[in-house]
Amino acid sequence: MNNNLIEITGLTKVYGMDEAAVQALAGVNVDVLRGEFVAIMGHSGSGKSTLMNIVGCLDRPTSGQYILDGRDVGQMSKDELAEIRNEKLGFIFQSFNLLPRMSALSNVLLPMLYNNDELSDAESESRAIASLEVVGLSDRLHHRPNQLSGGQQQRVAIARALVNQPSLILADEPTGNLDSKSSVEIMDILHRLHKNGATIVIVTHEPDIAAHAERVICVKDGLILSDGRSGSNPCLGSHKP
Amino acid sequence: MKLKKIFRTAWEGLMLNKVRSFLTTLGVIIGVASVIIMLAVSAGAEASIAEQINALGANLIIVSPMRGVPGASRTLLLDDATAIAEQVVGITGISAEQSPAPQNVRVGGVTLESIPVIGTTADFPPVRDYAIAEGRYFTVDEDDRKAKLVVLGAGIATDLFGAEGAIGQTITVGTTKLTVIGVMEPKGIVADVDYDGRIYLPISIVFQKYMPVSMLRADAVRTIYLKSESQEQITSVIAQTTAILAERHDVDPAKPDFTVQTQQDIIATQEATTAAFRDLLAWVAAISLLVGGIGIMNIMLVSVTERTREIGLRQALGARPSTVLMQFLIEAIILSLAGGLVGVILGVGGSYLFGAFGDMRTEIVPMSIPLAFGAATIVGIFFGYYPATQAAKLDPIEALRRE
Ligand SMILES: Nc1ncnc2c1ncn2[C@@H]1O[C@H](COP(=O)(O)OP(=O)(O)OP(=O)(O)O)[C@@H](O)[C@H]1O
Ligand SMILES: [Mg+2]
Repeated sequence: MNNNLIEITGLTKVYGMDEAAVQALAGVNVDVLRGEFVAIMGHSGSGKSTLMNIVGCLDRPTSGQYILDGRDVGQMSKDELAEIRNEKLGFIFQSFNLLPRMSALSNVLLPMLYNNDELSDAESESRAIASLEVVGLSDRLHHRPNQLSGGQQQRVAIARALVNQPSLILADEPTGNLDSKSSVEIMDILHRLHKNGATIVIVTHEPDIAAHAERVICVKDGLILSDGRSGSNPCLGSHKP
Repeated sequence: MKLKKIFRTAWEGLMLNKVRSFLTTLGVIIGVASVIIMLAVSAGAEASIAEQINALGANLIIVSPMRGVPGASRTLLLDDATAIAEQVVGITGISAEQSPAPQNVRVGGVTLESIPVIGTTADFPPVRDYAIAEGRYFTVDEDDRKAKLVVLGAGIATDLFGAEGAIGQTITVGTTKLTVIGVMEPKGIVADVDYDGRIYLPISIVFQKYMPVSMLRADAVRTIYLKSESQEQITSVIAQTTAILAERHDVDPAKPDFTVQTQQDIIATQEATTAAFRDLLAWVAAISLLVGGIGIMNIMLVSVTERTREIGLRQALGARPSTVLMQFLIEAIILSLAGGLVGVILGVGGSYLFGAFGDMRTEIVPMSIPLAFGAATIVGIFFGYYPATQAAKLDPIEALRRE
């Protein structure tokens, strides 16, 4: 197996039909190595979320090939996609997407509900608690989302993304709804996960956030404008407001 | 994902909105309870009719004026009974009966008001399977010479004279003084008729003293009971009786102004009526279950729409379409099963209360419980399936984007 976790070639996405059609992705080629920390930047409407959703197996491309961990996602059935999302991917959304009437613990337990290999209740719970410990919330297990701050809610969401030990963590503007202090906490957590070997792809508008990544990909009009590894950040230079 | 976990998820989903879940089940609760109560009511009605008819006695043939024929109620006469008794072969006894309006019964200072009076011929006890507890019944001879005698129902005897000592006493029935010669064995209350609260007089006295003068024929009888020698003789007795009466009444035997029936005939007619009634009730109950099912479907559809984001999230976390389908289907089934369970409890309790405190007899039909429960489950599956497929069809990214 090669060292690429993600191999994307000629990826396009068209929304709508005929006159109303919008070309959100216009032929994206990109590889992501195992263990990489990638930030995707770009103007609003440039296609970042569209790309993330396809990478996250939530949406299918109009054309092009996407190989995740050596498997062609385009060939997969709905059930196989669900399985991939469950086992290999961890999502972190801008709007947290916690189930409002459930405790933090229950929210983190959710992904394990859909595991192929059944865990015992006790095992699931100890994994969920361990996951909440990673994000520093072991003292908030039974709080509901509305009893938590925005930053804490996003940490619960991260714990949920981690609980099935995914090979890829995807975060679409994870700090978009948070103040700078909470944002720093979230980024610290992602940093630690990366140090421990996680592959992370994050979409952001904020250069500070992107600065945490080892590689910044800049998207414009559905195409990759620039792709810089090793600290350099071409996107900022050419797209500073 | 194991069924147990899906079940738990569905249960948690319902518990998050308890009031709504309860309101959703209300339709099923009412439907199931009404199925059980309605069947209990009609079974009760049937049972009391059957009891009433069986209380008449075995091998009994009942001759009555044809109902609905003008003047027919006066056409069956005591002479008809005499003619039948003389000519029909295969009967062991015959009893003609007439009931005047209820009368007040007086002894000394005690008055019992509105006591049913039955005028009979002498063969009444053996024909109708009544036993005499004390004293005797009147004879043919006493009836013929209009002897002023009376036999008391067990309850009347106790009310008037206590435990014993009724025989030989004189009581006033209406305005006529009668001598008590016998007391009936207690028979109890059957289908709302208090058999012990009546008194029995020679039919000749009833004709003479208690029938209103406006009656065209004072010797008209309400019913003639024939006791057949055996079950096998019944058909022959009916044929002979019909022929004799047709000739006497000068009517076509095919279009008689009287009816000759056995208990089985009466039971069959009554059952036909109650069956029609029961069918109607069953339809009403079925429709209320249907409405309950539509209620479930409606709420489930609303629930799927409201929880679109949740469904999207669950899919993003690895829920397969089939898992989502099962979750919502099981929610619907839990709702209808819970509704069914509460409905069964209410139905059984309601039937019991109706029977205990209403003036209606109810008899819970055991089959109605699994029936109603099964119907509720089918309703849940049937009406839950469509909303569940709507949930399973959702595209994860579309669902997540929905507000
Ligand atoms: N479901 C959709 N139907 C139609 N057009 C869509 C849909 N989703 C996105 N688009 C269009 O596709 C293009 C790319 O959208 P996308 O959401 O990927 O942008 P983005 O880079 O994530 O923007 P932002 O930074 O504002 O989140 C936009 O022009 C958008 O209008
Ligand atoms: Mg976006």
